[in-house]
Amino acid sequence: MTALVQLRGVSKTFGAAAALHSTDIAFERAKTTVLIGPSGCGKSTLLRLIIGLLEPDDGIIQFEGAPTTFANIADLRRRIGYVIQDGGLFPHLTARQNVLLMSMHLKRPAAEMDQRLTELCALTRFPQTALDRYPIELSGGQRQRISLMRALALSPELLLLDEPLGALDPLVRAALQKDLKEIFARLKQTAILVTHDLAEAAYLGDVIVLMNEGRVVQIGTLEDLRTKPAAKFVTEFINAQRGLALV
Amino acid sequence: MRRIRKAGKQESRRDLCVPTSRPIHRFLLSFFSCVPAFLIIFSSVSVSAAPIIIIGSKKFTESYVLAEIAKRAVEDAGVPAEHRQGMGGTIILWEALRTNQIAFYPEYTGTIGEEILKASPSTSTADMRARLEKSGVGMTGELGFNNTYALVMQRTTAERLQIHTISDLRNHPELKFGLTHEFIDRRDGWQPLAERYQLPTQNISGIDHGLGYGALRNGSIDVKDAYSTDAKIGENDLVVLQDDLQFFPQYKAVFLYRLTLPENVIAVLRKLEGTLDEKRMIQLNAEAERTKNYTRAADLYFQNDASPRQPRSGESLTHKLIRWTSRHLELAGISLLLSIIVGIPLGIAASRGGAIGQAILAVTAAVQTIPSLALLALLVPVPFFGISPRTAIAALFLYGLLPIVRNTATGLQDIAQPVRESAIALGLEPSARLWKIYLPIASRTILGGIKTSAVINIGTATLAALIGAGGLGEPILSGLNLNDHATILQGAIPAAVLALLVQWSFDLLDRFLIPKGLRL
Repeated sequence: MTALVQLRGVSKTFGAAAALHSTDIAFERAKTTVLIGPSGCGKSTLLRLIIGLLEPDDGIIQFEGAPTTFANIADLRRRIGYVIQDGGLFPHLTARQNVLLMSMHLKRPAAEMDQRLTELCALTRFPQTALDRYPIELSGGQRQRISLMRALALSPELLLLDEPLGALDPLVRAALQKDLKEIFARLKQTAILVTHDLAEAAYLGDVIVLMNEGRVVQIGTLEDLRTKPAAKFVTEFINAQRGLALV
Repeated sequence: MRRIRKAGKQESRRDLCVPTSRPIHRFLLSFFSCVPAFLIIFSSVSVSAAPIIIIGSKKFTESYVLAEIAKRAVEDAGVPAEHRQGMGGTIILWEALRTNQIAFYPEYTGTIGEEILKASPSTSTADMRARLEKSGVGMTGELGFNNTYALVMQRTTAERLQIHTISDLRNHPELKFGLTHEFIDRRDGWQPLAERYQLPTQNISGIDHGLGYGALRNGSIDVKDAYSTDAKIGENDLVVLQDDLQFFPQYKAVFLYRLTLPENVIAVLRKLEGTLDEKRMIQLNAEAERTKNYTRAADLYFQNDASPRQPRSGESLTHKLIRWTSRHLELAGISLLLSIIVGIPLGIAASRGGAIGQAILAVTAAVQTIPSLALLALLVPVPFFGISPRTAIAALFLYGLLPIVRNTATGLQDIAQPVRESAIALGLEPSARLWKIYLPIASRTILGGIKTSAVINIGTATLAALIGAGGLGEPILSGLNLNDHATILQGAIPAAVLALLVQWSFDLLDRFLIPKGLRL
């Protein structure tokens, strides 16, 4: 099976600081890959490079084997869903308008949009009655569900999630983790999720990519990381996370 | 700009350029659909019909009266004429004359020498004529009186201190001088006067001419500058201090006119030469100030002639208020519309930062620092602008830019990074991001800028009166010069009410234009 997204020798620096050293990595279809590591390890930078919010200093990023360029990035973005920590919802639009923004922009038929919205509400377990509320009238968990619906609206081939549950309280977070797992499974969604919570990574990820200081340290399952740590840092990172026994 | 003088209540009868229609229509026209009004004003101003002789005057009684006299004389010769009353000052009138926007206006030889030609005091009349001719301007002979500067005091104070001449002031450094700003700054004004007479210079303050008489009466000042034909001198029983060192230059009244004027018009002006002495002029000035009607004062000049005129029926206050207010709204509305059309794109460009963004903000801010009269003086000589509402609109437009540009830029810059990135990541094109996301989110701030600009414009639109473009500035400026509170309030109250109404209508507009999600 070929990778959906592949990075070849991609690096990025901000001023003098290297955010991402030259990195090669492939993301496989229908799998959830979790990028994990301490703050500033380059995991978010990697996502932002894929969606084109950042340009690599060096190397190429391939989507379905074709390199992403300035010319095709706008089209590619419509095939990628992107969810961030605080949702990034547009405050002047209702939940419905947020979800359907791109569909309306692309002038999709109304019936198709209605049907898609119903599906998405069912999928993310968002109450249809709340669709006409504005972001400010929604709870944190509801906002993330809308953000997820917006990302999934055009049935993207790739879903990027940058600490999507980072700002939620534990109960809501647990519920959403469960829902996300089901959604990924049902949609056979190719997803890349960034988190710094190893329990979440283990729960949601088919593959865990542990990063530190702009480099990929190890790729594997939680079991691989535990039993065959590639570096001393891997063990340190696992031991630093509490409550892992519960996983 | 010689002498800031009394201006009367009688307002100009012209209705510059908007075709007459019912007042409520004009109100709606100007306020709710600025675009048609904009087109009307611009087209009709530029297509002024038959050759009407346009007469200018400065912002004080005597200039108004002289212009009215000339107007009637010209009309009596069968030539239609229009009087643009109380324009900003020497520089504005001179530029208007030089660029053929007015046919003639009353001026004083001293001002011509000092201010217009910047000539030495010894320049002969023939020399002045020759130099004016280079600008296509002719000068009539003297009308007869000399309206020069003078220093005046309350009779009681002067007698108590035994002051008869300007030299006598030297021994009384305790006296408080209240001088007009123009007198303080003039080349033939306070500085050289004080030097020549060795006068004490500690107790000097600048005060408006009209207000100065009140200040003199209640003792807040002891000495002020005045003009030798000023009706107030007699009214207030003031003492004119003798210019014992003959410092003040001669201010003989003349008319400056375009040399291209028809010969019969020039002949009419020349017939006025030598017909007005000081006593007669003081009398006409007093009549104008007493009746607040310049036409009546001008008629008094012709009283010995065989053709007494039908007295013109005065315009009712209601009608005047409607005329001022609708014109005011036109000026403020059109300029606001232009500020919005230009300001928002500039704000968008400025929000992107960089050298261009900085430059845009710097230039719009710099415009604010130009005093309104200076801005008008800069615009009047420019072709297309001149003495017209266009100049006032252009100035208001420039003053209205900053709040809109700055608020647009700030509103856009303040949009949170996650929102910005979400819009990009969704795959919206830059223009769609701007229209569908950024501008709606910044709408509250942008509308706030427009609101500020609108209220500022309502206030600043009074400057239009300085170039005869009308509006509520007419009664305000007249009233200030007359020290007549009732007249000031006729302009100031409607202006304040307008500002409030504009504020409220924009608050109302917020509900429609600011997306609901941002108002929760």
